Amino acid sequence: MSDLMKVSSNPHIRSKVTTGNIMLAVVIALLPAAGFGIYNFGLDALILILITVATTVLTEFLYEKAMHKKVTIGDYSAVVTGLLLALNLPSSAPWWIGVIGGVFAILVVKMLFGGLGQNFMNPALGARCFLLISYTSIMCNFECDAYSGATPLASLKAGESVNILDMVVGRTSGTIGETSMIAIVIGACFLLLLGVIDLKIPGSYIISFVIFVILFGGHGFDPAYIAAHLSGGGLMLGAFFMATDYVTRPVTKKGQYLYGIILGLLTGIFRIFGPSAEGVSYAIILGNLLVPLIEKITMPRAFGKGGERA
Amino acid sequence: MGLNCYYMEKEGYQVARLTFSGGIHPYDGKDLSKSEPIREVLPKGDLVYPLSQHIGAPAQPIVKKGDRVLTGQKIAEAGGFVSAPIYATVSGTVKAVEPRRVVTGDNVMSIVIENDGLYEEIEWPEVKPFEELTREEKINMIREAGIVGMGGAGFPTAVKLSPKEPEKIEYVIVNCAECEPYLTSDYRKMLEEPEKLIGGLKVSLSLFENARGILAVEDNKPECIAKLKRLTKDENKIAVKALKTKYPQGSERQLIYATTGRAIHSAMLPADAGCVVNNVDTVIAIYNAVIEGKPLMYRIVTVTGDAIANPCNFKVRIGTNYHELVDEAGGFKQPPVKIISGGPMMGFGIFDLDVPATKTSSALLCLTKDEVSAMEPSACINCGKCVEVCPGRVVPRKLADYAEHYDEEAFVKNNGMECCECGCCSYICPAKRPLTQVIKSMRKMQLAKKKK
Repeated sequence: MSDLMKVSSNPHIRSKVTTGNIMLAVVIALLPAAGFGIYNFGLDALILILITVATTVLTEFLYEKAMHKKVTIGDYSAVVTGLLLALNLPSSAPWWIGVIGGVFAILVVKMLFGGLGQNFMNPALGARCFLLISYTSIMCNFECDAYSGATPLASLKAGESVNILDMVVGRTSGTIGETSMIAIVIGACFLLLLGVIDLKIPGSYIISFVIFVILFGGHGFDPAYIAAHLSGGGLMLGAFFMATDYVTRPVTKKGQYLYGIILGLLTGIFRIFGPSAEGVSYAIILGNLLVPLIEKITMPRAFGKGGERA
Repeated sequence: MGLNCYYMEKEGYQVARLTFSGGIHPYDGKDLSKSEPIREVLPKGDLVYPLSQHIGAPAQPIVKKGDRVLTGQKIAEAGGFVSAPIYATVSGTVKAVEPRRVVTGDNVMSIVIENDGLYEEIEWPEVKPFEELTREEKINMIREAGIVGMGGAGFPTAVKLSPKEPEKIEYVIVNCAECEPYLTSDYRKMLEEPEKLIGGLKVSLSLFENARGILAVEDNKPECIAKLKRLTKDENKIAVKALKTKYPQGSERQLIYATTGRAIHSAMLPADAGCVVNNVDTVIAIYNAVIEGKPLMYRIVTVTGDAIANPCNFKVRIGTNYHELVDEAGGFKQPPVKIISGGPMMGFGIFDLDVPATKTSSALLCLTKDEVSAMEPSACINCGKCVEVCPGRVVPRKLADYAEHYDEEAFVKNNGMECCECGCCSYICPAKRPLTQVIKSMRKMQLAKKKK
């Protein structure tokens, strides 16, 4: 045997889970929400989703080619970003909103900070907030063929009554992917079962938000009001798919609970005391910025130094 | 009491959790070789005895080129207190005392013996009856037998058995976890020689007046648990504990925690928690030394992997060339790409087979695929899986980052030295980053600095 064997430092085996697998699972988990969005809002929604996803993937590809870097579109992370961004756009938005948003998400928020893993802000949410500020009227125009008038959350804020069942199923106006609580939760369950995400962040986020609503919502413990807040707006999509974004959430266990609680409080503040009915996007973005501090104060104690049961 | 009764099979044992936080469940590969009875291999070629097969000072050779030696003859003397002597395992002629390559890739001064194929033994000295031996005599026999931790670390056992305050030792734990994938040598020993194992534990217990014995077995070996439980049912100072199967259950600190609920950090010794931990093969070697008066000459090596024609468990004379073990196992059925001395999690990758089996060689694993080079590392996505699986409760992602940037201060401050190098983080990483390797290198540098 003259051939030399391969050598490496231990361990010599690797798990089957790869970055690509994980991202693909997230894409699959977003499909129910996307599918319902297309069913709810029609062809416009499908076209906008396709344009946005194509833009994010193409932007990443072109940037990496131009910078002579390894092309990483095969890890599906750009698809996730494009899909999430599209689900956060109103179906009435023109095609170029998807393009501008997609380019901003990948180029400015992700690649300029070093690419996957280095961005300090969720690219899809960063782009959404950029669009909200730059094209407010387009981004807040939820008029379309199927629905007219305000989103349920805006109605709720104005003190009007809302149909909870419609909100849970998703037969309301809103952004493409946020309306159906059922579709989002189905996708989230898939990720929970696969172990891609766990309940630490979504759980603490939703619970702290509910407590905030009970205390400061002005309706006390009113199940209908709480249910409307939970199923309305971007809370479910945000809690399960954006707050859990690996790159921009704390890596420590205690930090994740703390992060969820902060997001719940911020969302409550923005929704109840802010001028807009929505608050999830801004809450998560603000939370993203706090992550380094959260991690710093929640570093675990080592085994034998009190951390063995962590 | 309540629920605790479930755990407390025998009086005087602490309620234990029988597991620890973190850990992984890799493909265990034990089915390849677990049903193969232990078979002795007679070496044909030269035998090589590296003078450093243990932690501590190298042994000092007491034979020279041309000397004739017999099986069981001492050929190297311990080089200090933390050191161990070495014995010839065949009869033959000393061919050379020269540097030879060992599994780590280093060249280590070694005694080379040309095997004459006669296996002529020395006249074994008479052994005093166990009851008449004093504590010092027993420890001295263990030291003289050249016994070291055979689980892989190679720490001289006599030193381990002589803590400063022996009366404070409350538990003598036998590490029967065998949590490394593919390894079945401890499993076979437990099935085939349980009496010797229990005998060795009794010898160890006789050194510590206040100690109780624990046989800690992972629950994927129910046959062993049943057998050991049956054999120890009348021993009120020995308990068998079934641990949750999970890598690295056999890591010393995790094992102590799982069996006694006591946690020690990297700067503490098991004795600080009132514990002494020894591996199965080591305990049997203690039995052989004290009861039978035989030095450490053999060890059990699992030769396995998908490249091996007939995976086996061999009783190997220390110093035997790995080539011979592969030949004995029917050779390769497929060309191997990677050969590992030890288990896949903590073993050493070797670039060819021309190295000897030593006191710490637990397995020879030959794989047709190398998962490490097949998967290219990509950017960390901060998924946190390394944090979840880390039994040391550190943040491997951050430590690797500090290590890559050589930020010593942050590395030490964030408990970099608490890493036990078990490899869980590298195994689980979806980005396939070599976290363990990076952290290990940094730890090595820090330890070297401390020594200066």
